[in-house]
Amino acid sequence: MSDTLIFAMEVTLNGLMAGVLYALVALGFVLIFKASGIFNYAQGVMALFAAMTLVGIMDGQVPFAHLINAIFGTKVHHFGWHVPALAAIALTMLVMIALAWAVNRFVMRFLVNTEPIILFMATIGLAYFLEGFGDLMWGADIKKLDVGLPQGINETIDEVTFGMFGYGFFIDNLDIVASIIAALLVAALVAFSQYTKQGRALRAVADDHQAALSVGISLNFIWVLVWSIAGFVALVAGIMWGAKSGVQFSLSLIALKALPVLMLGGFTSIPGAIVGGLIIGVGEQLFEFLLGPALGGATENWFAYVLALVFLVFRPQGLFGEKIIERV
Amino acid sequence: MLDAAEGYTTADGRKIGGVLMEMKNITLRFGGVVAIKDISFDIREGEIRAIIGPNGAGKSSMLNVISGFYNPQEGEVWFRGERRPPMKPYQVAQLGIARTFQNIALFEGMTVLDNVMTGRLTQMKTTLLDQAIWWGKAEREETENREKVEKIIDFLEIQSIRKTPVGRLPYGLKKRVELARALAAEPRLLLLDEPMAGMNVEEKEDMSRFILDVNDEFGTTIALIEHDMGVVMDLSDRVVVMDYGKKIGDGTPDEVRSNQDVIDAYLGVAHD
Ligand SMILES: Nc1ncnc2c1ncn2[C@@H]1O[C@H](COP(=O)(O)OP(=O)(O)OP(=O)(O)O)[C@@H](O)[C@H]1O
Ligand SMILES: [Mg+2]
Repeated sequence: MSDTLIFAMEVTLNGLMAGVLYALVALGFVLIFKASGIFNYAQGVMALFAAMTLVGIMDGQVPFAHLINAIFGTKVHHFGWHVPALAAIALTMLVMIALAWAVNRFVMRFLVNTEPIILFMATIGLAYFLEGFGDLMWGADIKKLDVGLPQGINETIDEVTFGMFGYGFFIDNLDIVASIIAALLVAALVAFSQYTKQGRALRAVADDHQAALSVGISLNFIWVLVWSIAGFVALVAGIMWGAKSGVQFSLSLIALKALPVLMLGGFTSIPGAIVGGLIIGVGEQLFEFLLGPALGGATENWFAYVLALVFLVFRPQGLFGEKIIERV
Repeated sequence: MLDAAEGYTTADGRKIGGVLMEMKNITLRFGGVVAIKDISFDIREGEIRAIIGPNGAGKSSMLNVISGFYNPQEGEVWFRGERRPPMKPYQVAQLGIARTFQNIALFEGMTVLDNVMTGRLTQMKTTLLDQAIWWGKAEREETENREKVEKIIDFLEIQSIRKTPVGRLPYGLKKRVELARALAAEPRLLLLDEPMAGMNVEEKEDMSRFILDVNDEFGTTIALIEHDMGVVMDLSDRVVVMDYGKKIGDGTPDEVRSNQDVIDAYLGVAHD
């Protein structure tokens, strides 16, 4: 087998694993968008906020320490305890649910029946607010997140591939774990929306508000649910990326990776988000591997967008999206 | 005047019970438009009650008041002997009041079966946490409800389209699916806004039969809006007649038919 082909296989594997994470983030967008018509610009900042909260809780940091100290002249910073990772994740999820409730109670509730563009702008506002709020609550410094996920090269894969091709693939354990968890979550979200009573209610609201009301569904409940799911997805994405590259502002940019995924897969399609995520994940790695050197490298920064744009020209509704036919 | 607690016996010998729902001096305004002007009437246990009137008379508005989609500016709504505070539509649904819409509101992307299953949401009690922890319990509930739904599907003779996405169905069948979804809630009061509008003669006959059967077999109280006078006269026990937001007649089909105000209102008025 030629070297190029072997390298390409390794690159594809890595791409697939990145793709599963993209799919997860994209799914967060799709679920909110379908149910409420809101494109949640704040999704990325929510991931950052979740990761900061998780680190803060694990380290026993006092929230709003700077504010408290400034007002009361105290010098509190730490509670002096450490919370185990799993418990901290559960607590962080509670914080994300509280956030979902607050977003609905103080923002979205007042914007029922308004134009999508206004809802979108509200989420931009939310993004900036949350960014500042996160800094105020936990401090703006770069944090290290270690929830005990395995890291470093996977020896088994290295040895097996070395035995097969005479070249050992470099696959990071963290990527493997992350993609397995993400795949499980994608499956869980799909199962939730298809097979549970609340999932059915969610799909009902996504389809027709009036009809949903008439069968006894509380829209407020659904909004909180939807934002909680977004918070959950943000938390998972925050953990994965945070463990990989530290908890810092750039973490909020991962959400931007979901945009081309959505353009490719369609904004309303669950399978679209999954397949789109995988295509972008693999596509950008392969492209960089094959053509990156000729084009000066760093193509993964723009490849996904170009692919999505090309796609938009030929299939504006995305891979799985419904064809939009304007009624006249 | 009928007594509130005691019922009456219909011409075809059915026993009608006491008052289930009572509207007292309802007034509903949209800006300057008065859609309902000081209307009172009641709906009795086991009855088929019709609301008729020319276009724009305020019939749908009245149904929307009953189902909580509109809240009237004045008047009181009484249900099962208690005054009902202003409510959201989903709360009204949880009281056991189901409805269909004049312009059909179905979940177009879902199958017929899924649509009818949503009608059971008010009857399903497991919470999100239950579903996550006691998967078995949630599954049992799902199966039980599924059985009820299959019965309704059989009852309305839509077995053959169970798995079809609703968006692909013709108009007449959609109306029937919407009825199935409302029935799935096992409502105390069923509200139908023009259940036969836009149907051909055969479809109308089917729908009439279903409405009578629902009332007969499940004892469901039904309030319906209908334009076709023939249908109304055949189906209903008592009729409210509205015109320009006012009540101009109330009584048995025979009584309203011979009411001069009603005759005047309908003369020279185009209906569809
Ligand atoms: N949501 C609304 N906003 C403003 N005006 C409304 C609204 N709903 C109803 N109306 C007005 O109230 C009046 C009564 O309308 P309604 O739909 O109740 O009539 P209807 O008797 O059901 O007529 P149709 O036979 O055409 O269905 C009309 O003048 C209508 O324009
Ligand atoms: Mg109407």
